[in-house]
Amino acid sequence: MDKSLNWRETIITAVVKTCGYSAIVFVILIFFFLLREGVPALAEVKLSDLLATRWYPIENHFGILPLLTGSLIVTLGAMLIAIPFGIGTAVFLSEIAPRWMREILKPLVELLGGLPSVVLGFLGILVLSPFLRVFLDLPTGLTALAGALLLGGIAVPTTVSIAEDALDAVPKSYREGALALGATKWQTIWRVILPAARSGVLTALMLGIGRTIGETMTVMMVTGNAPVLAVKLTSIFSPVRTMTATIAAEMGEVANGSTHYHVLFFIGLVLFLISLAVNITASSVVFKSKKRAERVLS
Amino acid sequence: MKRRFSIDRFLIQRLGFSLITLVAVLTVVPILGVFGYIIAKGAPAISWEFLTAMPRDGMRAGGILPAIVGTFYLTLGTAFFSVPLGIAAAIYLAEYAQENWLTRLIRIAIINLAGIPSVVYGLFGLGLFVLFLKFGTSILSASLTLSIMTLPVIISAAEEALRAVPQSFRTVSVSLGGTRWQTIRKIVLPQALPGIITGVILGLERAAGETAPILFTGAAFFLPRLPNSPFDATMALPYHLFVISTQVPEMPIQIQYGTALVLIIFVLGMNLIATIIRSRARAKRQW
Repeated sequence: MDKSLNWRETIITAVVKTCGYSAIVFVILIFFFLLREGVPALAEVKLSDLLATRWYPIENHFGILPLLTGSLIVTLGAMLIAIPFGIGTAVFLSEIAPRWMREILKPLVELLGGLPSVVLGFLGILVLSPFLRVFLDLPTGLTALAGALLLGGIAVPTTVSIAEDALDAVPKSYREGALALGATKWQTIWRVILPAARSGVLTALMLGIGRTIGETMTVMMVTGNAPVLAVKLTSIFSPVRTMTATIAAEMGEVANGSTHYHVLFFIGLVLFLISLAVNITASSVVFKSKKRAERVLS
Repeated sequence: MKRRFSIDRFLIQRLGFSLITLVAVLTVVPILGVFGYIIAKGAPAISWEFLTAMPRDGMRAGGILPAIVGTFYLTLGTAFFSVPLGIAAAIYLAEYAQENWLTRLIRIAIINLAGIPSVVYGLFGLGLFVLFLKFGTSILSASLTLSIMTLPVIISAAEEALRAVPQSFRTVSVSLGGTRWQTIRKIVLPQALPGIITGVILGLERAAGETAPILFTGAAFFLPRLPNSPFDATMALPYHLFVISTQVPEMPIQIQYGTALVLIIFVLGMNLIATIIRSRARAKRQW
């Protein structure tokens, strides 16, 4: 073979390989920079103060518990919406709707997934929260509930899209077998198809929820941003403030290198670790079920 | 007894189907409502001046040209970094990588990149590009931040497109004396191109609509001129919408809806182009 050609192959292979490893490099870089800017917070603020219930940076109160509970209550609310609506719509599209309807509705639902979150927040301010204020007779409509409803809307498209793929991938013979044994279509869906697609549906839910924990603009715009501890059930009807919104709202106004700056990076680090945990769990569910399928087939 | 049992079963089925259909309707109708509402409320605001003039009166009048141009530049800048890197990484995964622990690690890294909250990308961009590399609050810093965020979408879509090219294409090319790279460049890439372009556009669509990653890396609150270098900060449509709907008092409602409409046209237009490319390529495909 031509020698220059050989050289070219070697160089290109090296370049392509380097690019291939880039994803690992970026995850490490992100982790490194969050550690670098976030860990000093632990030296500057006592851990007991960091885990306190008062977030008031101007007077050096950096208790992140209200922000944690704020994120938690909004995410839980979004889950309560995403689970029935996400799975229900996926089942409808995959099992009940005629083919032409599925071809129209699935891209439409995915279109919502492409809607910029700032647009949802905008509608939240102008339409949803005034409606909630009047309808539920609240002092303000900018509440955890508004955040949860809109975040549900963000989680649903991801959930529907992936769960529908998983339901669609269940072999046709499963359906035929169940129907031939005299099961109704409904029984087939609940007792055969959903259990068979379980791991895919679970992954869909986890990825949908993963998106809600990290959502920033929508929650910053509609949850009212009050850093109060949200532990009661009725907290859903009052303003809360999430971790993401705190970073987005305050980072622009802090001095680089100040304690406040380091604490905001520390919150970023917490968010990063949460998303890492969610995504590794979600992907290990996929890997495990794949292995199980391989075992069954071999 | 037996008869009642079977009636119950079908009654349950009918109730169940109605419930599921209701759930689907309750999901789809609000989606249509969101798009319809913004189009109806925003359309009256769109005029030639709105699209091509600078903002006036503290953004309460005039147009949104700098925000449109800014989002365009940011999208281009993101493409400049993420497209070559993403496609090369996809080529590595689809054509070179073996199934070993390192490849699995790359895949886990990609999944995690896709899941990192957008505001955390903003923090990272602030730490690395703005402060450590001293690029400042600029189009460059914001584009670099957005391109890392876009990378997992592009890699996954491009890899899928490459893997969809039948193995026999590669076998024939190699048997004719083509090297591995020649095979990839002349045979595999052209076949996978529509799929790759679709993935690239879907990734860039996300970047164009994002606000949180550019908040502290490149977005300007108000800048009544067009940026003239990559080291300038810029206005951007999503950030502008955030600003005028939360930070500016007495903002005319029409301008807000108009901005929202321009943003979704920008983003969904990209989505539409991707969909068209995909369906046309599918119709033409010979395998």
